[in-house]
Order: sequence, then structure tokens, then C-alpha cells
Amino acid sequence: MPYIAPLKEFQFLLETIAPISTLAETAHFADATPDTVNAILEESAKFATGVLDPLNWSGDREGATRHDDSSVTTPKGFKAAYEGYREMGGMGLPMPQEFGGLGLPRSVVTLTDEMLHSSNMSFGLMPMLTQGAIEAMLIAGNDQIKTMFLEKMVAGEWGGTMNLTEPQAGSDLALVKTRAERVGDGTYKIFGTKIFITYGEHDWTENIVHLVLARTTDAPEGVKGISLFAVPKFLVNANGSLGARNDAYCVSLEHKLGIHGSPTAVMQYGDKGGAIGYLVGEENRGLEYMFIMMNLARFGVGLQGIGIAERAYQRAVAFARERVQSRDVGAPKNPSVPIIRHPDIRRMLLRMRSQTEAARAIAMATAYAMDLVDSSDDPEVQKVNQAFVELMIPVVKGWSTEMSLEVTSLGVQVHGGMGFVEETGAAQHMRDARITTIYEGTTAIQANDLIGRKMAREGGITAKNLINAMSVFASSLSDENHIHLKATQRRLREGIEAMARAVDFNLAHFNSDVRACFAGSVPMVKLFGIVCGAWALARVGVEAAHRSAANHPDKAFYEAKLATLRFYVDTMIPEAIAAADTIVNGAEGTMALEETAF
Amino acid sequence: MHANSQYRGLRSRKLRAEFSIVDSVLALRKLPAFGDIVKVLVPVKRVVDYNVKVRVKADNSGVDIANVKMSMNPFCEIAVEEAVRLKEKGSATEIVAVSAGVTQCQETLRNAMAIGADRGILIETDAELQPLAVAKLLKAIVDKEQPQLVILGKQAIDDDSNQTGQMLAALLNWGQATFASKVEIEGGAAKVTCEVDGGLETVSIKLPAIITTDLRLNEPRYATLPNIMKAKKKQLDIVKPADLGVDVTPRLATLKVEEPPKRKGGVKVADVAALIDKLKNEAKVI
Repeated sequence: MPYIAPLKEFQFLLETIAPISTLAETAHFADATPDTVNAILEESAKFATGVLDPLNWSGDREGATRHDDSSVTTPKGFKAAYEGYREMGGMGLPMPQEFGGLGLPRSVVTLTDEMLHSSNMSFGLMPMLTQGAIEAMLIAGNDQIKTMFLEKMVAGEWGGTMNLTEPQAGSDLALVKTRAERVGDGTYKIFGTKIFITYGEHDWTENIVHLVLARTTDAPEGVKGISLFAVPKFLVNANGSLGARNDAYCVSLEHKLGIHGSPTAVMQYGDKGGAIGYLVGEENRGLEYMFIMMNLARFGVGLQGIGIAERAYQRAVAFARERVQSRDVGAPKNPSVPIIRHPDIRRMLLRMRSQTEAARAIAMATAYAMDLVDSSDDPEVQKVNQAFVELMIPVVKGWSTEMSLEVTSLGVQVHGGMGFVEETGAAQHMRDARITTIYEGTTAIQANDLIGRKMAREGGITAKNLINAMSVFASSLSDENHIHLKATQRRLREGIEAMARAVDFNLAHFNSDVRACFAGSVPMVKLFGIVCGAWALARVGVEAAHRSAANHPDKAFYEAKLATLRFYVDTMIPEAIAAADTIVNGAEGTMALEETAF
Repeated sequence: MHANSQYRGLRSRKLRAEFSIVDSVLALRKLPAFGDIVKVLVPVKRVVDYNVKVRVKADNSGVDIANVKMSMNPFCEIAVEEAVRLKEKGSATEIVAVSAGVTQCQETLRNAMAIGADRGILIETDAELQPLAVAKLLKAIVDKEQPQLVILGKQAIDDDSNQTGQMLAALLNWGQATFASKVEIEGGAAKVTCEVDGGLETVSIKLPAIITTDLRLNEPRYATLPNIMKAKKKQLDIVKPADLGVDVTPRLATLKVEEPPKRKGGVKVADVAALIDKLKNEAKVI
């Protein structure tokens, strides 16, 4: 069954939690009027369903192939699909108009990105990484770098990659060994091996610009001695044309659990005398630039989680409607029924649907805050929203991807034995989702970021502000009449109370018993995800209730939103309460077992 | 089911143009010189999206279109695409998209402009529009804009009338080539391959002329995202039927709209004789 973009839901989010019409009133986003945005979403949806989705399964089967001359071929159809994507102008959607982009709000790009990953995550990785490389150069690159690379990359004519990981340096980038020697003319020669380089080599573009973390010869030890370099596959002549082949080669491709359609390269720099690299920004500040860029990259991986969860849900629903098996427990004398009738199938489908919607609503609230930072001229508005964005990034990344593991696994479960065989496609989503909790920082890295940098470091100001805002919202639900909103108010208050308890514990113990805090850091991500999800869904739900009460022609759609919210708060909030209990009381048990006894 | 697919295999009846008569009429006109590039008018219609499964209104007065997704009629999309290709080949100078209907038809016109039309005209009205009224409105626009070519979809997927193009040709006294699957402009004429019941028929009609598009004419492109944004800045004029001096009052009354009868369950027949008996006496088809 083909992927169908949930455009109606997207539209509704753009009318509620991320009101696009308000953004369009600012000078910064004046072009992003609701009708234009709608046309862009529709066209992107057509492309996702018509071009990318049909290649998803075949790409997974075929995988990418490396040849002896170090070139790489992507699965059949991918190159042509990219050609279409490039012509369509997909790469430049969020990029500044100055470099040929469209400068659209993040609230819109969040939705186009989701469609990309829902329809074909392996394909979506290339634009995602290229856009990440562009961001890094926009943040830190000098005019030479920008002139040399940006216009071609924004147009999608050249690809981009991010080279961080080395065999001995994974989550801990202090261990990076790749060397950069000054040539004397302002350029550097790069030597070293980088692994897990997504789209490090491919057949889509004539050039690929690798962003590589490396140490200059006299750099200080650790993370303070890492610089960022742009290393193009082909050097660029002064007139912009392509020059000599640079000493940067793909030496092998990884065999992976999922995302088979995307080549994951081992890159070798400098085996033939040194790869020419251009310093991005200043020496020894590479990691700093990476972290600015990383916020968006992590947000993007969160969207992959949401996208793949949506896809798994759609497939599971289609199967559950068709598959006839067993009688209705409430009407045992009647013939067998489609399995969607069975309460436990409903439970699974609703867990899938409600968590996907909740994660999407959080992502949209976060994206909208990013847009307010970009478009507001009030420093206070910018400050408050930037703090909210920083707090939510590890939640969007950590929780959306963790929930995608559960959702895609349930997708297999709904299919029963048919889900365990590859032909139904449910298994692929589960395999593809599996990487999302690992790359761009594992869930534990997100969790450390959340409880440490985003919470303890500032004394929990932003987290407490959020809790206050949620409490005020919960109280405002007293004015609502819809039965599901009444139930939501009670549940949301329970969730907020649990969140406050966990945050207080973290703040009280971060200095005195930091191990206890870190033992509960991943449960904290889950707790934030669930409770913020309830808050975000309920904010949308209020408008749904109003439209339903006014007998909107699409009443059924809005009632479905409210029913989904009801399931979510009744079944997920208890899990948030349990997570709070684990955070507050679980550390002793986690640390009790002697290391030698494992 | 992809509603469009039902059109894919469809070979519609073609209204055969009497070319000998048309030619003699055209001979009296001032014709574009050899090698001229033409101005193209492309009428587009806003219809219920082909993915929507429509429902009949409870009072049987029509199809319920409240709050369903609307988009450009697929045959009109093909017409716009063809005009854009003609322009890209250098055979067309300007493409003007025109639509008649409610104010939301502006979205359909923006869509046409995102694909490549240069500007748009909306004939805005809330009235029910029937093919003859639309043809009259279009004639008024043609008189004003003076295009050498009008490319229309052969029919709209909502009411499937398949009349507007032919009626417009009659009102203008222009030649027409309908159900086109290939179009070339050369020497003041259009060479058009038409899909007919028996296969393909290639005709040459002198310009100005009407062409209606069939499904195989082309595959419309995806509008590029930058072009969607540029379309917003293109010129879109709005006129009313009264401004054009056209009375759009419906000439036909809809008595009742009903769902097609539900398919009845099949039966297994014992042998060929029983089958023939059923076909003869029950189904009465042989």
C-alpha cells in the first residue's frame, strides 16, 4: 500500500500549534502565506508518494554497491529520483534566499522532511546530511568557502557529508586522530580514516563536499583541539569549474541492519599524499560549530523517527482492515472479522497512532519556536523561544526515535507472522528505525544533554518555565466542555506533577550525586516526551473540540483527534508517572551490582 | 483505487470535426504566418481531487463537496503541461490560464502558474456553471485575449461532460482537434494526433484552433517549489460573468443524483447452457 501524506493533519497543526498565518505576517517569512505553503506541501506529498515511496522497498532489497575504482552505485531508480528532487528545488527549501534557497519556515520544512523520511528514509538521508553541511558552512564558513561551495550545494548540484566518527572515536570526539597539516597557502592536507559516512560516495552529484573533523599539528589535546575542514571530492577551480580529484576515497561500504538503500562509507583521506582541505571558521573551534549545526541534525533525526512511525502505522492499519481472523470477542456467534475489530489490535494501533501524533505535535511546537527566533525582532521573544528549542531538541531526538522503535515493532506485531517476513514491508520499517536512536548522538547522549546542559547548568529555569506554562494550560482546560478534554485535564495534571518531581530530583542531586541523576536520564527523556506530548496534543485538541462543537463539516476528523488524545493520556501518562518513580527511586538499584558481577 | 486509472483505458467517443467545412471557413480568416509562435489560452477547472471517494448528498441534489479536497482536473493539468512544453520548444509566446467558478479557483490558477502559465484570469461566480455557459465565458475571454490556440482538457472528472471544448470551437467557428495524444505546431497549423475508437488519427488544423487533451498526451511535471512561490507573484485578474456580458443561467435542471446500484453477489452456473440461458433471459445481454 502506498504512503499517503497526512496533509489534513499537517494543515491542522499549521493552524494551531504552529500558526503559519502569523509567521507570514513577519517580514522574514512574508512569502510563506498559507496558500503557498499548502501548495508546497501538496507538491511534496505527490513527490513522496509518486516517486520516493515506490523505491523504498526495492532500494532496501538491492542496497548500494561499491566498485573497485571506489565509485558507488545507489539502488536502481534512486539517481533519477534525486534528479527530480533537485529539479523540484527540495534541497533549498530551508536555505537562505541569498544562496538560492527558498527560506521557508522550519514549521513547513519539518513537514516536508517528515514526508521524505516516511516515504524513503534511505533517500532522505542525503538531503538531510547535505543540508547539515550547508548549515555548518553558513554558521562558520568564510566568504571563500561560501563562494566555493554553497550555491551548488543549495541547488542540490553537489552533495555534502559530515565526517565525525573514527574507529576509536564514536560518542567521544575527544579521541579524534585525523590530522591536518598546514600547506602554507592557507589550505591544509588531511590524513586519516573516517567511518559511518552517510552518502560518503554516490552517483547522484558530480561533486561531494566532505566536512571533516581533524586536528592541526600543534592543536591542544581533547575536544579543544579539533578543527573543521571542507574537503571536496573534486577540487574547485577559481572559475567554479571542477579541478583535480582530491585524495578522499571511499574504501568500503558497511553492511547494516537497515537503511540499506543509503551507502554508509568508510572514507580514507590522504593515502596518496594528502587530501586538500579548507578550514571552516577558526582552528580548534570545530566542535563548537558542529554543535550549533548538530541541534538541527538531531531535530532532523527526530523527524525520521516520526516519519518512519507514521509509515509503519499506515501499513498496519491497512493490514488490520483487510486481515480477517477470529471472531469478535463480544459477538462470538458471528463469522470471523477483520482484526481491527479486536481490542488488542486497537490498543496497538492507537499506541502507534497517538505517540506518532504526539511526537509530531512536539516537533511542530519546537519548529515554530525556531521560526519565532528567526522572525521576531523582540530580543525577549527570541531568548525565551531559543531556550525552549534547546530544551526540546534532546526530547524531539531522543523520544521520537525511541517511540519509533516501539511503533515499528508494534507494526510488525499487528501483521503477526506476515510481519516477520520481509515481503509485507513492516519489517523494513523496524530495521530502518533502529539506527535513529543511535546516530547523531545515542538516546543516552540526548538524555545527558537534557539533564545536564539543558537543565542542571541553568538551574532548571527553562524546564520550570515549561512546567508552569503547562500547568496554566491545564487549568485553562476547566473552560472546556468536551468529555475527552475533561479527562485530559486530570491526566495532564498527574503528568505535570510527575515531571516536576523528576526535575526537582535532578536539580537537587546533580551536584551531590551525579551518578544517580545519570542513572535516570533516559527515563527523563521518556517522561518529557510523554508529558510534553500530552500538552501539545491537548493544545491542538482544544481547537478540535471547538470545531467539532460548531459542527464543522469535518467533525469526524476532529473527533478522531480527541479520541486519540483520550487514549494517549489514559495509557501513556501512567508510564510517565512510572518513569518519574524510576528517576527518583531507581538509582540505587542501577548502581548496586558490582561491576565484576556482570 | 486510483480514480485516474479508470480514465487511462478509456477511449472516448470523438466528435468528428468536419474538416472540409472548417477549412473553407478558415480560409477567410487572417492566418498566422509560417513559423509564427502562438499565444495559448488554457482553461482549467477546479474539481474534487481524483483520490477522493465522493458521496451523494442526503437530499440527492448532488455530490457533497463541502470540505473535500479539491484540485485541478487531471486533463486540465495535461493541457497546462502541453502549453508549457510548446513554450519551452519555442512554439508559444505566452500562456494564459483561465478558470471560471468560485473564488477558491484562484488556487487552481496559481497551480497552473506554478507549472508554467504566465498569468491567470478568474471569471468569478458562485453560480452553477454548465458547459455551454463556460464555453460562452471562454469565448468572451478569447475575443479579448486573441490567442491562436486554446488547449483544454477533454473532460472534467466531476461531471464528465466532454462538451466545453467542442462548444467553444463552435462558438468561435474555429477548427478543433479533440482527444489529442500528440501536438506539433508548424506553419500556422497544428498537427495533432487524436485518439479515436479505431486507433489514432492524425489531423492538421489551421490556427487559430481548439485542442482538447487525452491522457497519453504527456505526463504533467511536478511543479518546482521555487515556481510555486513565484506563481504567487504572477498576475491574476478577476472578472465577473456580467463584465463579459454572458448570461450563465443553467439551461439544464438536475432532477436527482444517486449512487450507482450496489453490485449484487454472483452465482456459480452448472454448465455453459445455464450460463447462456442466464445471459439471454436474466441479464438480457445476448
